[in-house]
Amino acid sequence: MTALRPEEGAPTRIAEAILLVVALALGMGGMWMVGHSLEGGLPEGFWTYTIVLAALAFTAHIVLRLRAPYADQVILPAVVLLNSVSMATVLRQDIVPYPSLQGANAPRHIMWSAIGIVLACIVIVVIRDHRSLRRLTYTAMVVGIVLVILPLIPGLGREINGAKIWIYIGPFSLQPAEFAKIAFAVFFAGYLVANRDTLALAGKKFLGLQLPRLRDLGPILIVWAVSLAVLIGEKDLGTSLLFFGLFVGMLYLATDRVGWIAIGLVMFAAGAVVAWSIFSHVQLRVNIWLDALNPDLINGPSFQLVQGLFAMAYGGMFGAGWGEGYPQYVPFAFSDFIYAAIGEELGLTGLLAILLVYLVIIQRGLRHAIGVRDGFGKLLAGGLAFVMALQLFVVVGGITRVIPLTGLTLPFMAQGGSSLLANWIVIALMLRISDAARRPSALPTRGALADPVPAVVGGGAIEVGGGTPVQAETEAGAGRSGTPDDATQIVRGVDR
Amino acid sequence: MSELTFTLLRLGYLVLLWVFVLSAVAVLRRDLAGPRTASTRRRRPEPAGPAPTPTPGGGAPRAPQRGGPSRLVVVAGPLTGTTIPLTSSGVLIGRAPSCTLVLDDDYSSSRHARIFPQGGQWFVEDLGSTNGTYIGEERVQGIVPLAPGVGVQIGQSVVELQG
Repeated sequence: MTALRPEEGAPTRIAEAILLVVALALGMGGMWMVGHSLEGGLPEGFWTYTIVLAALAFTAHIVLRLRAPYADQVILPAVVLLNSVSMATVLRQDIVPYPSLQGANAPRHIMWSAIGIVLACIVIVVIRDHRSLRRLTYTAMVVGIVLVILPLIPGLGREINGAKIWIYIGPFSLQPAEFAKIAFAVFFAGYLVANRDTLALAGKKFLGLQLPRLRDLGPILIVWAVSLAVLIGEKDLGTSLLFFGLFVGMLYLATDRVGWIAIGLVMFAAGAVVAWSIFSHVQLRVNIWLDALNPDLINGPSFQLVQGLFAMAYGGMFGAGWGEGYPQYVPFAFSDFIYAAIGEELGLTGLLAILLVYLVIIQRGLRHAIGVRDGFGKLLAGGLAFVMALQLFVVVGGITRVIPLTGLTLPFMAQGGSSLLANWIVIALMLRISDAARRPSALPTRGALADPVPAVVGGGAIEVGGGTPVQAETEAGAGRSGTPDDATQIVRGVDR
Repeated sequence: MSELTFTLLRLGYLVLLWVFVLSAVAVLRRDLAGPRTASTRRRRPEPAGPAPTPTPGGGAPRAPQRGGPSRLVVVAGPLTGTTIPLTSSGVLIGRAPSCTLVLDDDYSSSRHARIFPQGGQWFVEDLGSTNGTYIGEERVQGIVPLAPGVGVQIGQSVVELQG
């Protein structure tokens, strides 16, 4: 039997390379137009930023080719697109001399983006198999809880704009919650894959919902308490919603019981109502949200939100064009409100394209959760994709006044080191799992029907067909895998 | 830069943004449509046609000996027809997701039974299951040799070794 090396006949990743070129061209185009519209020439640092982004994006492409050849081809270009468009936005705000935009710092943004991409490459090289993370289940829990509690330690955490989600170590500031979400996703995946049977099967039926037993509720109560502690102690609705949502979402993924979602929603609603009636800052947040244009609020607490709405309205359908908006009137237009700043200059058309790019990334994550064979990988990929979707909803919902505004950042777009690093790690894990999901395997998928003809599965039988048919099929299957769709049947195939 | 050039560039930029989105979606569509047709082709070969090609990339360890059974087939139960190639590490059967053959069956235990080779012979071992593992009418106690073609009852499923 000729030992087939998996890398032989692996996809050439041409689609990824082409999409990367388009993504980088969009970043370059943005920076070019920013410079020509504001300074009448190339902006300072144009070539540095372009070369750094392009070099690192293609380094990541080559790392994937070597170390994860079957990994998804759309995720990397999509993320590079988001990162380079945000690069152009931050650069645009950096080169105008308004005091309100002093925080915009393009060199810092490119530095964190570069570190993020390098970190993602390191994760892909070091973690050869995502299942090795399962050993870290409880370590991840401890790490996650410590990270969440860090900002509450006096002297380390600092309250900025009403939320206490930052820690300061020397000159560096860090938002530990961004990293905690990865740790929690690993913990929940490992915990749930081991315990899902008890959670799903034991318990009474009530009103058509399968309710879990009271003693199995322990972990969910702990997470609920932690997320409430975040809400109360750190005054941050977004992070609290993120963790709790992640847990409930992953419970649902693991057990397929709608009862958990009902319980989760009721618990969160109860907690939120109690917090609202006790704490004035929560009440203020809700008032800002419901009554943003109130003359009493508009020049004070709701100023930022309303300016963001005005900016997006000014952008209209097709946007004012790069460099033609007024981001100086929106506080934090480079970080928390970058969504509004992009809406102003690229319009609804641009925003929808950006949202679709996020949707593509999230869809890929959920798709590979279906495709990958091990339960841990399924839950991890599903959880990471879900937490990104939830974060996007909380941020964009806050800026567009769908839900109360929170302090979360838009992944890959907002200027800020923690957010960039953490989300690049998430992407590296997603790529690693997608490689496992799409890698052709000799093992038939569970639940798949056997061939009616006596099989040549496994064993020494492969040489019967010679190298040729195998080769041909590999080529035909380049860029896609022969297995994920069969794997869809794992989940339910048995019931039918 | 004139007003007209700027407007054209501004709209051109949005067009390029959407070109990216649509080509990404096109790659996804190929990805979604591809495997399904490929696998239907593979799974339903002509009845008299040549043996289907196995999925590429087979790095699985071989069965311990040539001429011995090469696969485990589910012959009764909800998973009827499922085939698992035999490797030297044996096959773990049960409800736990870590098993080689995962049964979604309330009558099976999470780690129900193990079928493994030793010294050129295959054995079946009951791993302390609640409802037992049966060969015919006889409940498997400890480790029992298993010949090809003999059905092993696990929960609602029957599996057997085949050459």
